[in-house]
Amino acid sequence: MQHLLSAADLSHDEAVLILDTAAQLAEVTDRSVKKLPTLRGRTVVNLFFEDSTRTRISFEVAAKRLSADVINFAAKGSSVSKGESLKDTALTLEAMGADAVIIRHGASGAPHRLAASSWTGCSVINAGDGTHEHPTQALLDAYTLRRHLAGGSGDLSGLSVAIVGDILHSRVARSNVLLLKTLGASVTVVAPPTLLPYGIDSWPCSVSYDIESVLPRVDAVMMLRVQAERMQAAFFPSALEYSRLYGLDIDRFNLLPSHAIVLHPGPMNRGMEISADVADENRSVMVEQVANGVSVRMAVLYLLLGGMAEVEQ
Amino acid sequence: MDSARVVLDEADIARAIRRIAHEIVEKAKGPEALLLLGIPTRGVFLAQRIADAITAIEGVQVPCGALDITLYRDDLRLRTVRALESTSIPTSGVDGLTIVLVDDVLFSGRTIRAALDALNDLGRPAAVRLAVLVDRGHRELPIRPDYVGKNLPTSLVENVRVLLAEVDGADSVEINGGGS
Amino acid sequence: MSSQVLRNVRPYGEEAADIVIEDGLIVAISQPGSGVGDVVFECAELIALPGFVDLHTHLREPGREDAETILTGAQSAALGGFTCVHAMANTSPVADTAGVVEQVWRRGKETGLVNVRPVGAVTVGLDGTQLAELGAMAHSAANVRVFSDDGKCVHDPLLMRRALEYVKAFDGVVAQHAQDPRLTIDAQMNEGLLSGQLGLAGWPAVAEESIIARDVLLADHVGSRLHVCHLSTAGSVDVIRWAKARGINVTAEVAPHHLLLTEELVASYDPIYKVNPPLRRIEDVVALREAVADGTIDIIATDHAPHPHEDKDCEWAAAAMGMLGLETAFSIALLTLVEPGMLTWRELADRMSIAPAKIGRVLDQGRDLKVGEPANITVVNPRLRTVVEPANMASKSRNTPYAGMDLPGQVTHVFYAGKCTVRDGVLA
Repeated sequence: MQHLLSAADLSHDEAVLILDTAAQLAEVTDRSVKKLPTLRGRTVVNLFFEDSTRTRISFEVAAKRLSADVINFAAKGSSVSKGESLKDTALTLEAMGADAVIIRHGASGAPHRLAASSWTGCSVINAGDGTHEHPTQALLDAYTLRRHLAGGSGDLSGLSVAIVGDILHSRVARSNVLLLKTLGASVTVVAPPTLLPYGIDSWPCSVSYDIESVLPRVDAVMMLRVQAERMQAAFFPSALEYSRLYGLDIDRFNLLPSHAIVLHPGPMNRGMEISADVADENRSVMVEQVANGVSVRMAVLYLLLGGMAEVEQ
Repeated sequence: MDSARVVLDEADIARAIRRIAHEIVEKAKGPEALLLLGIPTRGVFLAQRIADAITAIEGVQVPCGALDITLYRDDLRLRTVRALESTSIPTSGVDGLTIVLVDDVLFSGRTIRAALDALNDLGRPAAVRLAVLVDRGHRELPIRPDYVGKNLPTSLVENVRVLLAEVDGADSVEINGGGS
Repeated sequence: MSSQVLRNVRPYGEEAADIVIEDGLIVAISQPGSGVGDVVFECAELIALPGFVDLHTHLREPGREDAETILTGAQSAALGGFTCVHAMANTSPVADTAGVVEQVWRRGKETGLVNVRPVGAVTVGLDGTQLAELGAMAHSAANVRVFSDDGKCVHDPLLMRRALEYVKAFDGVVAQHAQDPRLTIDAQMNEGLLSGQLGLAGWPAVAEESIIARDVLLADHVGSRLHVCHLSTAGSVDVIRWAKARGINVTAEVAPHHLLLTEELVASYDPIYKVNPPLRRIEDVVALREAVADGTIDIIATDHAPHPHEDKDCEWAAAAMGMLGLETAFSIALLTLVEPGMLTWRELADRMSIAPAKIGRVLDQGRDLKVGEPANITVVNPRLRTVVEPANMASKSRNTPYAGMDLPGQVTHVFYAGKCTVRDGVLA
């Protein structure tokens, strides 16, 4: 692996290796000295064209625990209207000797452009691109599912997972559908038809418009954030109606099997896609997802940067 | 390709482990406050065998764990990325214990250097000792073993392989390479 | 002026002959070897066609001379075998007044390479709210007959109706860029399975087809002629086919890239493949080729859209839409239509010269290769293959999607009003 651009790029074995590596690295998080010397002398750039404090901090902590030097480059305001800035920024970072670029960008495919262009020879890690993908989020979700539901090892075969919410605009959903499929889980996406992408029938998942019929037969449900501005664009009539039809309240939570867990990539809209009491249930694992995010991102950084660069081989 | 030459057989290895177990107990003046930490892969099984031998001698259980040193290696960038092995340390930690690091072959000493660094991040042991099944020489760092199964003078082009029943199906130590 | 002889050339790929050009006219077509003239072009195995006419070219001048100028565009056109191009109105300032179209027309004339026919904007500033002075542009020196807001759709149905009606007074035509703006907000690529996977906002086929359906009904209702720019979907072909069967006076064009390239290329996120309308599915490509063959689509028009390097050397969403087309159009037509046997050489001449000249009312272009006709002639070598090298193009821009492709056919010689503009594949 030279880059991590899409969950689709990961084979079954690569995905399991990342989860296994994350599990080994998670032990470091539990001890008093949390730092490892592994990536000493390597420079990792957090290149964020969109605000995402959570993801940026998660990567930053992961890189620092591996002793990499971290540069935070918030290119806020350098929106797609000034496309040149991605290139110029990349050239600048290359000149500074970055070994890896963790990029969050509002334009789908921006990490692919960065990886395929001659602008930089760095490893590129996609930390969320437009409405395309967010592979490390899918990995941390898979890690969380594996810990709770698959004994913490191997893959996720036999598990059933529902993803509920704005599938159309969600990079988390895209990466999760792909990765969960790779790891052997079966996925059902639940959303109003307006928030499902065209061609969803051909995705490796089943589709439902009825959350209550899906909940009793899943091992986990992943609630996605629904942004209020989608209402203005007529994707659904009102926040209230959305919440009533697709939100996870305590009555629906009680439809889940007793072992099932609730995930949310955050930040949550309490009262919109998830009610406050469900969010605070002990089978809601959002806080653990955050901790697992660090382990998974350490694993990705280690596997991308912990050996000889592929070009040197 | 040169054929492998067996330098230790199953009985030799068993004898060496028993001897090392005796020496450890003797030097530690008893099996208390000892922790054997094997370096994956084969060091872990050797540590377990030494622990079992100590149990046979003294009739007490000696705690045994694993210490993966991959993340502390100084040659990570010289090879393709390595998968991590598991580390298992008693939940009470390493502080105040006499640690015996166990590895199959002692060569340049770099693995042990990495293991010392890893231990340093885990706590403050009372003492750290080193047990190896084979010392083949060619040290690149000022490190020497406390307990040695067999000193095996080799040339640099030779390759020493330790085979253990737990991973390889049978016990033996072989040398190959180096031509005639 | 001295006389020129195309020795042993095959008009429309048929029987070899000598074509003699003098004073801008074809003065003789005679037995091979019998023609007499001052300059002789040896044309054995080469094919003579009427000079190509492009109904859809972006020359970028005035305003974006960093992308293309009328001169570089004209050079590009000549090398592509064109003797006439229609310069789209979306310049800066917009070609929505007699002043701007006359300037473009004059600058075109100065090149001496092709007939540059300005297209007038339908609405002021391409804003879609107020009709531009269509009559003034029609009666200007530029003699505008084609009106288009290309790049934008004349979306307001009432305004479209008025435009269709108004241009009847001077036998003009409205060339519609069929794209429902509401259905294509932020659209980045064809809407389909792939757009969903790539997370790029979709440009659904229905956004094109619904506008075409509306416009053919409007054209029928007011008895006007309508031209539809760059058809890109199988559904659009169906609508046009239905409209023609019904006797509606509509013509349609397809761009070369829509005859060859498909949406899968977008998966690279390389904006060189970003174009409007977007690359579609292979089913659409097949339907478009068949429609050119059966005449449902009347013409091939390049939609030559030069963009400076920086507008393509960026992330997909930030990149400009459009591809170069002039210098590769003939090769793509040869590859996709003539070589597979879907079009004869005469039919190709119709789709690339005769029909577009008729739609644009360019009287001295798109004429048969006959004695007494203006000598607008393109001589091609269908057997020569070329690997497309963007750096070798005459266009000021380099945004060709065909870079590195080995394409058949070469434009060998071009004669514009009797003047040799291209000789042996290079500008004369």
